[in-house]
Amino acid sequence: MNHHLVLRVVTKILVPVILLFGLYVQFHGDYGPGGGFQAGVIFAAGIILYGLVFGLDAAKQVAPPLIVQRLMAFGVLLYAGVGVVTLALGENYLDYDILHPDLEHHTGQHYGILAVELGVGITVATVMMLLFYGFAGRNFDIKDEDW
Amino acid sequence: MLDFVTEHLPALQVVVPLIAAPVILLYQKEAFAWGWALLTTWTTFALSGLLVHEVFSQEFISYDLGGWAPPLGIEYRVDAANALVIAIVAGIAALVTTYARKSIQAEVQGRNQPFFYVLLLLCVSGLIGVAITGDAFNLFVFLEISSLSTYTMVALGGRRDRRAYTAAIRYLITGTIGATFYVIGVGLLYMVTGTLNMADLAVSIAGMDNNTTVQAAFAFIVIGLGLKVAIFPLHLWLPNAYTYAPSVVTIFLAATSTKVAVYALMRFLFTVFGIRFDFELDSLAFLFLPLAIMGMFIPSIVAAFQVDVKRLLAYSSVAQIGYMLLGISLATSASLTATSIHLFNHALMKAALFMALGAVMLRLKSTIIDDLAGIGKTMPWTTAGFALGGLSLIGVPLTVGFVSKWLLIQASFASQQPWLAGLIVVSSLIAVVYVWRVVEVAYFSPVPEGRVRQEAPLSMLIPMWVLVAANIYFGIDTDITIRLASLAAEALLGGAP
Amino acid sequence: MSAEFIIGHYNYWIIVILMMAGLYVVLARGNLVKKLVGLNVFQTSVFLLYITIGKVHGGTAPIEIKGAYDVVYSNPLPHVLILTAIVVGVSTLAVGLALVVRVRETYGTIEEDELVEADLVAEFGEAGKT
Repeated sequence: MNHHLVLRVVTKILVPVILLFGLYVQFHGDYGPGGGFQAGVIFAAGIILYGLVFGLDAAKQVAPPLIVQRLMAFGVLLYAGVGVVTLALGENYLDYDILHPDLEHHTGQHYGILAVELGVGITVATVMMLLFYGFAGRNFDIKDEDW
Repeated sequence: MLDFVTEHLPALQVVVPLIAAPVILLYQKEAFAWGWALLTTWTTFALSGLLVHEVFSQEFISYDLGGWAPPLGIEYRVDAANALVIAIVAGIAALVTTYARKSIQAEVQGRNQPFFYVLLLLCVSGLIGVAITGDAFNLFVFLEISSLSTYTMVALGGRRDRRAYTAAIRYLITGTIGATFYVIGVGLLYMVTGTLNMADLAVSIAGMDNNTTVQAAFAFIVIGLGLKVAIFPLHLWLPNAYTYAPSVVTIFLAATSTKVAVYALMRFLFTVFGIRFDFELDSLAFLFLPLAIMGMFIPSIVAAFQVDVKRLLAYSSVAQIGYMLLGISLATSASLTATSIHLFNHALMKAALFMALGAVMLRLKSTIIDDLAGIGKTMPWTTAGFALGGLSLIGVPLTVGFVSKWLLIQASFASQQPWLAGLIVVSSLIAVVYVWRVVEVAYFSPVPEGRVRQEAPLSMLIPMWVLVAANIYFGIDTDITIRLASLAAEALLGGAP
Repeated sequence: MSAEFIIGHYNYWIIVILMMAGLYVVLARGNLVKKLVGLNVFQTSVFLLYITIGKVHGGTAPIEIKGAYDVVYSNPLPHVLILTAIVVGVSTLAVGLALVVRVRETYGTIEEDELVEADLVAEFGEAGKT
């Protein structure tokens, strides 16, 4: 890939923008269209683009598979954890209203959905990256025992 | 504390295994994974016990997820029918996890072992979710959670036999077509009624007998769920998936996943569409009944010719689904009681039988019938367990198999169709043939030279014998199971308030 | 069936064509990757079905417009449902492709008929060859 100068330069310019846009979609999710699913995929697309152009090893240095895998579990736990918090505070599972006393503006709903969507975003992004690592890192004719 | 648990029981039932699963990913050690899964599944089982206790005292429990009231929000709605299925899933999961460790160590490659427990917990959560939810679309989501983890678990058998991969991918294609058919059906119902809540759907489509959209939705949902149930001609994915999956996975699948699908089918047939739906009555009489009878006979006969005992039992599972379908097609309170109790009883006997086979697989590395020669002497406890489970499968008195067949025969007499009772007896005789083939080889063939007495480890024998004992206990003391099953039948038929 | 009826329901025709084409590919093609592609097309047709349900005549995007009371919004629920179904579809495809990779590694082929033959040979020896 070393001689594809244009590709490398364009990628270097694009990747930060893609990541930033992913974060925008993530945190703008409760005011307009957006949210964790879309944001996670966009964010992962940035990393995957980087991996496609600079190679799998470079991408793995940016986002080490071990950490990505742990984050994947963390995202799910964050989502489910919000539910457990609402349970502990004495309401039904995932009833966000209990998270904040201001019921008139439904501030609790706001906080709840923000945390839940963050969990979704983290999980979707990491799952997408892991899928990319899994498929791209797979060479034929390697025995499982050689891993 | 107990009040808190009782109040949030339906949510905890699903959430406990769901939260426990990713925790294993954070610390991927085999010993931790097993211990953690063991703790989780037994907790889930305890919760399901509480749930059964609750539905005995009140008609149904309704839980609003996220505090959104139904029919807008997702409702978890538990009556006797769900509670029974949830108890089956949670109970089998607890016993299977107890049993699993040695077998998984032997059959699944090292770095995949922690992942197996993640998948098992996800599958438990998905299956319980299917049973517990009162929302038609939510059911699809849980169905896919359980199915995706199942496909992967089946593929874990690929280390032993590469055919596990092809079995898994065929299962995936069939299962996905089934799930997609189901979603199409739910979409059509939503088009007509504007609701996804099952109780609300039942009210809305009552009297829409001649609405072609509702009829199309009925067809899509029945075929879609039928693929998951493995109703006789739609069963082609099942034998290979059961045969090549790791032994533990086969135990869990055979005992739970088709049961949950049967429950979902009954829920739609009797609660959502309801037996007053003319189109349904026709399809029950002219489609389900013939398929049920064919399902009782053809897979049984195929089973009698199998050389792999695991595959033999897989075909026998398809045949047993025929009995459940027979109860469904008669559509009376008595026949649904028989089907509900057979869900429970079949889970007990198939789990016991496959556990015995798992122990054989651990010691002999094979389940081909000729390799089992003389295991009655080298593995006496395992073989005795298998034989008792086989008796239960045939339906010998004092076992659970007899109870379900007896109720089914009574139901067919009550429906003025005594010839069905004859068919049930004849098809049971075919079960004698295939069970006898295994027992004969195990007890009456000479032990091959050089094979020493080598019983399975206690960690596998104890869960197996717990199930064998349950097979006999619930065959004698039928009070609790029949009461729960008849409550379940009433809940299904009377369903929508 | 008038021309108006046919044109007026064009979205349903697209759904039906996609659905049948997808299902046909799943059943008729021997290549496992093509089967999965067909499966995905089949699922996509269902997404379109749901989105069609969500359409309200004259409805705008379901984002609240402050101060306006006579606005007609589209039904957002089918969109949300289908977002979930898309995720399920992606997961299914990922699991399916991972299995195809494993099949390719162990069998050296992903053609259905060759896989069947390999299995028959494994079970019955040379007699299994077709």
